[in-house]
Amino acid sequence: MVTTVSTKPAGSVSTGTKSIHLGGTGRRAGGNGSRGGGPQPPNGGNGGGGGRAYPDATPQQYRIGMWLTLSAILMMFAALSSAYVFRSTRVQQGWQAFSVPSMLWVSTALILASSASFEVARRALRRGAADVYRRWLVVSLGLGFGFLVAQLLAWRGLVGQGIYLATNPHSSFFYLLTGLHALHLVGGIVGLVYLMLRARRDAANLRTNAAGASGAAVKARAHADAIGLYWHFMDGLWVYLFALLFLWR
Amino acid sequence: MEEATTPIEPTAAAAATQAEAAEAGHPAAAGAHEPHGHHSPPTGFIRKYIFSIDHKVIGIQYLLLAITAAFIGMFMSVLMRLNLTWPGHKWTILETLFPLGAPGGVMTPEFYLSLVTMHGTIMVFFVLTTAPQGGFGNYFLPIQVGAEDMAFPVLNMLSFWVTLVGLVVLISAIFVEGSTILGNTDFVNNFLGGGGTGTLGPIGGWTGYPPLSALGKIAGPGQGAGATLWITSIAIFCIASLLGALNFITTLLNMRTRGMSLMRMPLTCWSWFTTAILALLAFPVLLAAGVLLLLDRHAGTSFFIPGGLVFSDAVLPNKGGSPILWQHLFWFFGHPEVYIAILPGMGATSHILSTFARKPVFGYRAMVFAMFAIGLLGFFVWGHHMFISGMDPRTSIAFSVLTLSIGVPSAIKTFNWLGTLWGAKIRFTVPMMFAIGFVSLFVAGGITGLVLGQTSLDLFIHDGYFVLAHFHLVMGVAAIFGMFAGVYFWFPKMFGRMMSERLGQLHFWPTFIGVYGIFVPMHIMGIVGMPRRYASFQEYDFLRPLDPLVMLVTIAAIVTAAAQFIFLFNFIWSMFKGERASGNPWEATTLEWVTPTTPPPHDNFGGHLPTVYRGPYEFAVPDAPEDYVLQTTPDAAAGNVAAHAAGQGVQGSSGNGHNGQH
Repeated sequence: MVTTVSTKPAGSVSTGTKSIHLGGTGRRAGGNGSRGGGPQPPNGGNGGGGGRAYPDATPQQYRIGMWLTLSAILMMFAALSSAYVFRSTRVQQGWQAFSVPSMLWVSTALILASSASFEVARRALRRGAADVYRRWLVVSLGLGFGFLVAQLLAWRGLVGQGIYLATNPHSSFFYLLTGLHALHLVGGIVGLVYLMLRARRDAANLRTNAAGASGAAVKARAHADAIGLYWHFMDGLWVYLFALLFLWR
Repeated sequence: MEEATTPIEPTAAAAATQAEAAEAGHPAAAGAHEPHGHHSPPTGFIRKYIFSIDHKVIGIQYLLLAITAAFIGMFMSVLMRLNLTWPGHKWTILETLFPLGAPGGVMTPEFYLSLVTMHGTIMVFFVLTTAPQGGFGNYFLPIQVGAEDMAFPVLNMLSFWVTLVGLVVLISAIFVEGSTILGNTDFVNNFLGGGGTGTLGPIGGWTGYPPLSALGKIAGPGQGAGATLWITSIAIFCIASLLGALNFITTLLNMRTRGMSLMRMPLTCWSWFTTAILALLAFPVLLAAGVLLLLDRHAGTSFFIPGGLVFSDAVLPNKGGSPILWQHLFWFFGHPEVYIAILPGMGATSHILSTFARKPVFGYRAMVFAMFAIGLLGFFVWGHHMFISGMDPRTSIAFSVLTLSIGVPSAIKTFNWLGTLWGAKIRFTVPMMFAIGFVSLFVAGGITGLVLGQTSLDLFIHDGYFVLAHFHLVMGVAAIFGMFAGVYFWFPKMFGRMMSERLGQLHFWPTFIGVYGIFVPMHIMGIVGMPRRYASFQEYDFLRPLDPLVMLVTIAAIVTAAAQFIFLFNFIWSMFKGERASGNPWEATTLEWVTPTTPPPHDNFGGHLPTVYRGPYEFAVPDAPEDYVLQTTPDAAAGNVAAHAAGQGVQGSSGNGHNGQH
């Protein structure tokens, strides 16, 4: 049946490994070979075994969905930071800027490091080194928590100086931007914890390289890629917010 | 193509047998020859109809939610008309329903304002944003692109339930503000800012301008807990819309079936796609504004509250903020929101006009680009809502020019609709009537946009009935007509039965004449100088001559509202007693009409995803055996169709699947 799809030009499977089917879920597999048209991947060991009550998303879908999520988050912070700039330049009334706590340098270093360590983890997963992957996930998670602690310490420092959320417009924006970023970072931490739990469960499956990837491994990689996008985005967003708060008072 | 990939083309008989099989309790019958590759439908009632992840069930849930909300909102608008026409009249029923809001049966001005607010919020968010996109988009986008479901079915379910929570929170604002018992509980007083003021919820309008909306209960009745719940509900709605939008875009980009290139998509899909992009980029901004407003109300910040504000003989402690900032954030969302409401209606109208004119859509490509142009320009015109905010005239002019330029893509669409109808043998079915009604209302409402887009004219008429008439016609009623067209058109596919044509006609004419009867006189009132949001005009002698018009509008409103019950009856009656529909009752071409059963099975195509060979609107193709060619008809079966097919998408056999480059 599936072989009849050969009218499709061979070159059209250009997405290569990206369009690989999820083994086991059987979503696009079979039937009239409606998607990639390439050979079906072997069904992975514990990848689900077909007949799922509902279909799973493919790797591209996770990636597209994550990019869209990030663009929404970007719009939100663009709105808030333009409000910040508008407020500090056009209104000015009551604007009393304070110097940004130096603790933020520490948190910036921590989040940059966690981004880097996540990248190490992701590459380890790509070549099938499941243990290395898990280890570096733990490191990224620790650095993520470290960032949150540093942010809290920065807040405590401000509170110690008597600067609260409602003290003046600048402090309101400071707490708001850092707080919302931290809230989104907590979402990233939840994602990392999820990856760790999955990595523990699927450890046996992940010890393969991309060529012989099982369904579980493909899925784990898709998840790691999507959550990695989010994690790096949080990093970049923080650098942007830090620059804004530091340079624009 | 080879037999294995022959698309599903149910003859009426085949569809009927399959439908019978499905009804006899063998839902998998349609895909029985397909050993693997379809996902089995859920069996329990709760998984099937309540917490369903099937996009079709979710679509219907959205639609029912929107219909409920629409009737609540319509009831409020009738109450408002009653008060405007007979101010001071005692309505015993009002006293029974709202003892605080209408003491002695006479509506208080605050009560009237809260009606304005709740009507606007319910209609804009829970009807205009929900039904066209969440309802029809959910149901038909995956089917029309040939997918089994949305990309993220669980997210899809979540987005509906979050929307429902938003509606419940909004409705609760009525009771918290309106009831002394609920409004004075400890929870309301401590966490929501106190209620029980006897209004029907917040009174700040659907735009909720600060500083009054940011001050909390001290700002007067209807600014306490009701306003807190109002902004909370909007924030919740933002999140639901974002979940929906990212699902729509991912599905459309990644799950199109083989051969469904972008330029072969029905215009409905393009409109849902554009709308989803607008929602994705606009709602986060509203969410940000909502967070700021909540902080102002409850955390003592002053994002929107100017410093040194004197209120009730006391200087407020706020350090200084800008009420204009809210307007910028709100309207940056608010203008794209207008297109979120109307674009799906445009898509449905194009789709339906072409089907019943039995002609291809005139200028398919131009339609797509015009839609994107409208969406794009929509992000740069928010300032035209703020001409009277003290904006720099140079900025105003920039916004004005951009606003007027939206007339270009709008005119392209209008003329293409006319071109589609030109010389056609039109089948005047009910969906077609509503689609033509949409064009009429869109032109009638849109043309005044060119008046309002001029800064100097806007300064005079902005806060009057002219604006009211403009936006109700173009974004309210036109979009609602798009929805009606959609309901009548897709009902056979959704419920397997036809709606009554006779009742549909009976619904159309009073509605169509009624809405013009409501909104055309309002233009005149606006030019005379009648201000909007006023509970009564008793004190203004210069408005006395307008009394007959006010009466006319109210009568038209009551007639129109009454006509909607014909629709409601038709909708419910047809669901159970309507004539059974065949798989393709309108002889249309797109993929929703080739599903193996009607309504479609759980995975839409019974395990066989269809292959698409041609564009969506191939009507009246020369040499074809019938006057329409299904998108799934291979070239060989359709004779020498390809050579004659107008416009796009003729290289069917090399369709490149989900990559969609064309």
